[in-house]
Amino acid sequence: MTTDEGKAAFMGVMKRVSTIFRAKANKALDKMEDPRETLDYSYQTQLELLQKVRRGVADVATSRKRLELQLNQVQQQSDKLDRQAREALAAGREDLAREALTRKAGTQAQITDLQTQYASLQGEEEKLTAASQRLQAKVDAFRVKKETIKATYTAAEAQTRINEVFTGISEEMSDVGLSIQRAEDKTEQMKARAGAIDELMASGALTDMVSGPSDDIQAELDRLGAGHGVDAELERMKAELAGGAAPKQIAGSPSPADATDGQPAEHPAAEDAR
Amino acid sequence: MIIRIMGEGQLRVDDKAVNELNHLDTVLEKAVEQHDESAFEPALHALLERARELGTELPADAIEPSDLILPREGATIAEVRELLADGGLISG
Repeated sequence: MTTDEGKAAFMGVMKRVSTIFRAKANKALDKMEDPRETLDYSYQTQLELLQKVRRGVADVATSRKRLELQLNQVQQQSDKLDRQAREALAAGREDLAREALTRKAGTQAQITDLQTQYASLQGEEEKLTAASQRLQAKVDAFRVKKETIKATYTAAEAQTRINEVFTGISEEMSDVGLSIQRAEDKTEQMKARAGAIDELMASGALTDMVSGPSDDIQAELDRLGAGHGVDAELERMKAELAGGAAPKQIAGSPSPADATDGQPAEHPAAEDAR
Repeated sequence: MIIRIMGEGQLRVDDKAVNELNHLDTVLEKAVEQHDESAFEPALHALLERARELGTELPADAIEPSDLILPREGATIAEVRELLADGGLISG
């Protein structure tokens, strides 16, 4: 099985990597005195790796779901800002609408970023799931081969079969091992990131960033809405007091004092209420 | 010949087709040696694409050593260098 090492003049990346993988497997084989022991030991390692891969798949899935949740939260925030912009525009407050849309653009950037992360994790999850299934199939096949080889192990050719099987499974395990490592690194990064975003949301810092301290846009809109309500009610009352006189006449001369009466705070809506 | 694309699995490729892959591999190897990131990425992608086109997937339960091993899609030069140094850290 070491015939490849002869043609080392030009190798290329593909050949060099496979040679290294084989050399590693051979080294491990050489350390074992009893080939049967090699098979049993390798099988144990395979089962452990299989467990690790499954945990890896579950971890990636958890990270992905968390990201999905955050994505929904930011999306809701974005929708809200869109709604507020419309309300502000309907109330003739273009400045407020502009502010809402500016903040919405901020959430959009975040959404795009989260979506990219999400897609990348999803890809990782799919690959790892496929790797886990491949490894499972190989481990099952290995168990059968192992018993067959052990039962027939007397002849010298059994050694060749062991070498072949061991090298093949070692290569698979190295590959899966590297995939798992990469997935772990990625989920760790995601966890840290998601944790940071959650913390920001919990502390209100992110909501502040997204929609201003205690949602100033909404407060302004509420004030506008309340202003209209108060004005309308005032009109009605005045009309009643005037004993059914046309409201138009009274409405023509709004007294600023009237408007401030019911609303001790500054009332920006009063002036352009009509 | 049996080829492994890391992270994807193994493929069986006709011996004659391997020549073509070797050509693409030469480009890749040069990029790795010259640390040429801009050449490396397309070279790796071209090699993997062609290998996938030429190869047929090995059954999941096959346990066979590969004749050639290709780095995973999206691997960096640093990653490939690490592979070439010690084949990664995991031992069988």
